[in-house]
Formats: sequence, structure tokens, C-alpha cells
Amino acid sequence: MTGRSGGRSRWNSWRMVGVAMLAAAVHAGVASWTSASAPGEVIAAAARKVVKVYGAGGVRGLEAYQSGVIVSPEGHVVTVMSTVLDAEVIDCVLDDGRRYRATLKGIDPERELAVLTIEGEELPAFVLDEADPLAVGSRIYALSNLFGVAVGDERVSVQHGVIAAFVPLAARRGAYEAPFRGDVYILDCTTNNPGSPGGALVDRQGRLAGLLGKELRAAASGVWLNYALPASEVARSYRQMLAGEAVAPPPADAAPAVFDPLALGVVLVPDLLDKTPPFVESVGAGSAAARAGLVPDDLLVAVNGRAVASRAAVRQALALVPEGDPVRVTVVRKGALVECDLGPRPAGGRP
Amino acid sequence: MCSNRFRVRGSGGGYALALIAAVLPVAVQGADVPEPVLAAERGRIEAIARGAQAAVAIFAGEAGGGSGVLISPTGYALTNFHVVQPAGVAMKCGLSDGRVHDAILVGLDPTGDVALVKLVGRDDFPFAELTDSDLVEVGDFCYAAGNPFLLATDLRPSISAGIVSGVHRYQFPAGTILEYADCLQVDAAINPGNSGGGLFDARGRLIGVNGRASFEKRGRVNVGVGYAISANQLRNFLGFLKGGRLVDHATLGATVATDEDGRVVVSDILESSDAYRRGLRYDDEIVSLAGRPVRTVNALKNVLGTLPAGWRVPVVFRRSGRRMEALVRLAGLHRPTELAKLVAADEAEQKGPSPGGAPPPARPKPAPLPDAVKHLYEARNGFTNHHFNILERDRVAAGIAASAASAATAGAWVMSGRLDSGAPFRIELSDTRGVIDLPTGTSEVDATGELDADPGPPGSGGMLAALLLWRRLLLEGPARLGRTSYWGMQPRDPATLGEFAQVDLVDVLETAAAAVEARFAVGADGGVIGIELWPVPDADPCEVRLSPLAEGPPGMPAVIEVRHGDALFGTFHVEDVRFEPVAPQPPGETS
Repeated sequence: MTGRSGGRSRWNSWRMVGVAMLAAAVHAGVASWTSASAPGEVIAAAARKVVKVYGAGGVRGLEAYQSGVIVSPEGHVVTVMSTVLDAEVIDCVLDDGRRYRATLKGIDPERELAVLTIEGEELPAFVLDEADPLAVGSRIYALSNLFGVAVGDERVSVQHGVIAAFVPLAARRGAYEAPFRGDVYILDCTTNNPGSPGGALVDRQGRLAGLLGKELRAAASGVWLNYALPASEVARSYRQMLAGEAVAPPPADAAPAVFDPLALGVVLVPDLLDKTPPFVESVGAGSAAARAGLVPDDLLVAVNGRAVASRAAVRQALALVPEGDPVRVTVVRKGALVECDLGPRPAGGRP
Repeated sequence: MCSNRFRVRGSGGGYALALIAAVLPVAVQGADVPEPVLAAERGRIEAIARGAQAAVAIFAGEAGGGSGVLISPTGYALTNFHVVQPAGVAMKCGLSDGRVHDAILVGLDPTGDVALVKLVGRDDFPFAELTDSDLVEVGDFCYAAGNPFLLATDLRPSISAGIVSGVHRYQFPAGTILEYADCLQVDAAINPGNSGGGLFDARGRLIGVNGRASFEKRGRVNVGVGYAISANQLRNFLGFLKGGRLVDHATLGATVATDEDGRVVVSDILESSDAYRRGLRYDDEIVSLAGRPVRTVNALKNVLGTLPAGWRVPVVFRRSGRRMEALVRLAGLHRPTELAKLVAADEAEQKGPSPGGAPPPARPKPAPLPDAVKHLYEARNGFTNHHFNILERDRVAAGIAASAASAATAGAWVMSGRLDSGAPFRIELSDTRGVIDLPTGTSEVDATGELDADPGPPGSGGMLAALLLWRRLLLEGPARLGRTSYWGMQPRDPATLGEFAQVDLVDVLETAAAAVEARFAVGADGGVIGIELWPVPDADPCEVRLSPLAEGPPGMPAVIEVRHGDALFGTFHVEDVRFEPVAPQPPGETS
């Protein structure tokens, strides 16, 4: 279009790289800055293939909505496997406001994906294998119903960004490690928002390049990850789910993880019964608990807002607090509820 | 891709330059870059420079601060209510040239989270042009210019670029204020401190005012989801804000819900509302409001949230398959005292509860206003800054006086002509009385007393009273006509709302005189084009539309159209206007 070639033979490979990068930057620049209608049309066409998914949730920290992508004209929707789908009624709402009841057709516990079916006809659908794998530096759009902003016939939100890296996923949710360990696109675009999981990552031509993943944090740093599963991985998962291959039981949970409050300086009364009430026996001198003003005979009733009825429950609730996140306990002291901030949860604590 | 290569002039350092250029598109001058790319880049730089010039850094002392954007060379700047709220009436504003100006609060719209301030010290401020935000599309380039995290210690704004992520978004209010209706959603970084700053399009035109973002688990930092109040909403309220008012938003007087068929239906309606008087009933399906289709409850809230209280808008609704249309006057979302209380309460809340549960300390006595702005402020109930109401009222008065200069003749005004039916009519307006001769009889109203007693002629709702007040407005001017203030701006023709991209707005004066209330719509040329008169508050007014006379005495109408409620009382085609220096003797008997 706007480029011209010349003197190619005189260039060494280093120069070639440089020029190719320049060409890419200029090319992208032209597309993004001067042709006003083109991005709008690409986005509008892609948005018609993204659905708003509604299911279970609505309580604190668990949204009742997420996003999904239509991948076949007969009404297959790929989304993330989450508590939203743990509902008797799952609805998908299209770009034009049409609302369909969805059926859970299959799940992929490893990639944490699910396929839903809706009874629509001639639905606008992404072609799963259409897009080439994206190179680092490629410009992308992310389309999703973040924060549930769009309702009814309102269009899902679109954000722009660049592929920042293509690396194996090493992530966790709370204290649990995410099962998928394959390569994912890391994005310089904040897609880690409620409602975004299941949204579409598309290239500048509007082809499906990936699926926005669940809200996860990097295992090493605890930083919230903006990432997407590549389309090839989504396609593989989709076919396995349709074939019924991937519907494996979730990995059997070993004994629930626990975290000993001793690491925070809290000594609870001895565990004599099944449900020993979590009274504070003593507080370690100079410990986080002491600094927070915890005193003997305080009765712990909640850890970070989660009710704890027993000693065992305290240990489990603490295990769910990601390392480095603030720990806040609610205690009953002389008949009154008192909040104590114990500071960041330290590492370890596993008895 | 591989065939698209560009030659880089020079050798040796060529590839290094190309590498830098790939990372920093700004630095590509040395390369042989196609002209369209360079032109686009220049356009972008110019657009950003224009927006940056109009950006204002607002400092509210210890209470923090935020951003604003200049919209006139005289120093009017838009910002958020929640930015100026802690600042009080006067504030310091910095521009990108490093200069600081004093500014005074002009108008507040707490529901829409908008405030208008005026900077002083120049009459040639750089400013941004409010453009038509309904033309903004998802995917469009946009940028924010503002003062995030109050970083602009050198007063030069921070620029964050992005794309429009969504249009016509609805964000729920906090209680009844700070509602973001029909707003723009962007992935340009909107952080604390960006509030009140401008959102610009690729040409540097103002498409909105940033003010809100979705925050969640990461605390109050941008997560790619910011919202801006649309330029079109701002334009609807600008007249009221310039008039120094504490502005209220509109309510339909009815609530709506989505029924099982997905229709938006009236789920409850106040019988005292104008919507009810115009025929809207329970279970009617709303088809459109103010010319915009309504397919969801959100869509209705979106339209309603952009409209000022008191506007009339067309409502299309459907009942058992029958389509009906009405022009509905929208009521205020709050009672005036309620709004003033909310503003004051919010102020107290900003201070936060003091530790130990002790009652909050008494508000510190406000500091005296700086000399530069103290002559620009006048406190008055129901107003944010009454000084600016006088300015606007006088501006409109000057227009009226100029347009009706030769008509302002004391004595009787006698207009005669024909009705639509061809029957003759005669109207006489003087200091002592108003008389109308109609085929159905003659009506007379005493002009010296209170006008609420006789809304004659019968069926008109108070046509003579309206015309008598209109005569007094032209003769005496707004400053001397009862209590007359500047009301704001309203559509010239509400029935056409939605038909045109941008609403044609006219100034409106509000008058309480002779025991009645009236509003006068005044065109840009100073001609009075409409009168609404309420002999009784909260009932249907008498509505008079005046079409200007092409030839003849300036300010006099060619056609007078009078409506009351749903009915047209009459259309008066004026053929002759005479001014009689002395009021004629009252006739003994009417002929």
C-alpha cells in the first residue's frame, strides 16, 4: 500500500529486522491513526460474535456474569469454566439484544474452559483456526463485558493493546495454582477485570487470536495477569470438549490447604473438639498479632470477611488468603466486634 | 508484510535509527516515511497540543484538586462537581503555559457531576470546541488531558491516549447524584486527578469530560475502564450552568420495567406528573424518548439522564398496538431545597467522620475570596453564584432591547388579523388592560392587578396575561419585570428533538410577576419566540408561540399560536400592528 521496496540486496539481516519492525510500526500507525472507519468496522463485526454470559453469583467477590465467544453458526459458545456456569439457568445475550438460554455441553478442567450451546440459527461466529499466531508486538483488541457495563443490546467493551509476551502460564487463584501451564499471550492491556474472562482477543483484522482467561495472578509476583489463551489452544480444547474427551473430573482435591495462624503470632486454644471455637490463647510478643492489638480470650469470628466457626476453619480461611495479601480478622471482645489488621500474610505457615 | 519495506537514507547508523523509530514512532523524521504517515503524525501532535492548551489543573488546597477544560476565550471551564466540591467557591487554576489564574465557581450540576468555573485574567484563553459526541464511534482514537495524581506541578497536563471502548454507557448514581448517563467509555487511562479534564477526539475537539472509572481489586488506579460525560449532555446543561444555577436533572414522573416480552413498559406513574396529564398510563410501552429509541430500561435512563429538569421532550408510546405521541414536560429529580441539602451534606461528608465518633468539628470559616474574583460572586438560595445569573439575564435583555427597540412604545398595542378560519380578531394590550375580540366574544383582563385571577380568554389558559407580561418585558426589560432571572437554555422546537444531530437551543428567562409565573424563550436575535404562563403552579401553562413579522415593527409577531394542555386554542395571523400613544377609552359596550 504505502511502502516501497528498493536496495534490498544491500541489507544485512540486522538491517532487515530493523526495517521490518519499522514497516510494522508504520503500517500499524497508518491503520490506527488515519483510517477512522476501519477499526470501528472491525470492532463492530467482532463484537457481534461476543456474548454476555449470565449465571450464578452476585455475592461479594463473585460476579454473576462473564463473556463468551460464538465459534460456530449452530450456536457453540466457548467461555471460561467458572462458578458463573454453576447455575441451573445460564443465559447468553447477543450484541443485538437477543437472549438465549444456554446448555453446558462440556468442560475442560485443564484449560478451565467450557462450551455452551444456544439454540440460535445463523449466528455470527468466529472461525477458530483463522488467525495466524500473533508475534510479540502485534496490536490487538480485547472485547469483553468487563464490569458488566453492557446490558441488553449494548455492545461489549473494547480495549486496545499489544502482545507483550508469549510465555508459559504460571499463575494462581487465591492460594490455588492454576492448572494450565501452556503458553499464553501476555497483554499490555488491562483485561484482568470482572466480567472479562471468556472475552475475545482479536487481531487488527478482527480474527479470533485468543480467549481472555480467568482472573489470575502471577505465581511468582502476585501481580494480576492480563493474558489470553491462544486460539490454537482454544480450538484444541473446543474439539476435545465436543468429542467428550476433555470432560475429565477436576483434579481430586487433596486435603484442604491450611495455614497455621502461629505464623502471625496467634496461638489458639488447644484443638480438643471437632469444632473447637477459635479463642485466642496467647499472642506472640512483637508478632503481627500483638501489633494489631489482639489479646487473649478474643474469639475469632471472621478472616477477611469469611466466617470462621472453628479452629480448623481459621486455618483453612488463612490458607485462602494469597501470600502477601492483607489479613484482617474480626474478633468478639467483651461482647463487641473488633477488627484487627494483621498485615500481609507471610509465606509458609504450613504445619 | 515482507514486501512492505522502507528505505532508510544514509548508512552506518541507519539500522539503529530504524530500530529506535520502530519503538518510538515520534522519532521517524530521519527515515523515508510515507507522507500520509507523517501527516497523520503531525495531525496527532497538533490535536494533542490543542487539547493540552485548553487543559486546566485545578488546585483545591489541602482538599486535593483535579482537572478542567476551557471552553471559551473568556475563561469558562468545565470540570466535575466532585472536583470543585471540596475547593469551595474560589480556586486556583493552572494552564499549560505555566501561569496560574484565579477562578470562581459559576454553576453546579451535582446529578451529572458537572461544574462550570470561570478563570479570570485574560479574554483570549485557549479553549476547546465542544463537538457532537453522538458521532463518536467505538474504536475511535481519543485522548485525555488532565492532572492525574496531581502530577502537574509544572502545570503541563498529562496526556493519556486510547480508544473509545463503548458509547451510550450508563453508570449508576451514588444515591441520586453523580449519575453518568449516556457516557463515553474509554481505555485511555483515567486516574484520580483526571477528573474534570477533557476527553478529545483525533482532531483535538472536546467529546467529553472525564470523571469516573471502574475500579476494583487493585485500588484506585486505572484498569482500562474510564468514563466521560458526553459533550452533548454538557451542551444541554451549559445554559443553566452559565446562569449560575444549581441545576437539576429530569424525571419522567414514571418508572419503567422490562416485561416478559422484553418491552419497556410503565410500571408506575405519578398522577401529578405532566406525563400522566399528557396521557401516559400504567403498562404503556415506551417506544422513544426525546427522539431516541428506547429498547431497554438502561436506554431510557440514558436519555433521561442527559436532560435538564423543565425541558419538554417528545415521548412516543404504544398501547394495545396503537402508537401515540406526546410532548411531555419533565419534572425535577430533586426538590430545590433537597438538592441544596445534598450539596451541603456531601461537603460535610468530604471531611469524613472524625476519629473517636465525636461530632465533626464546625466548618472552618471560609477564607475571604481573592480580590481578583470577589466581585464575581453573589450567594443566593437556589443558585450556585447569582452574579452570573444577572450577567446572563442582562445579556438576554440587551438582545431583546436591540431587537424590539422601536416597538418599545408606551401606550396601547393593537394587533388585528384573521384566525385560521378566516374570522377576524383584535388584540389590545396596554398598561391598564388586555382585550381580545374573537368571533366567540370579547375577553378583558385588568393589567394593573394580579393576573392569576382570570386566565382569559376562556380555554386559552391565560393568553391575555401572557401577552401582557410579554409587552411589559419588551417595555420595561427583565430587570424591572417582577422577579426575573435567567433560566437556562431549551430546544427551540422540542418536537424535533432527535431529528437533528445537534439541538438548536434558545435562551429562556423565568419571571414571577403579578402572581403568575412565566417563561420567555428568546432567540439568538433577541426576538421573543415563546411564552409559557402558569396562572397556577404545577398545572398546564398557557403556551404562546410567536413567529416574527418579516416586515413591520420589529419584535412584533406575524403569527401567534396559543395552546393549552393538549388543545390548540387558536392560531392568530397578524395583519396589522398599531401603537396608540394613549390608551383608547374603554368601550361602553362591546360590539
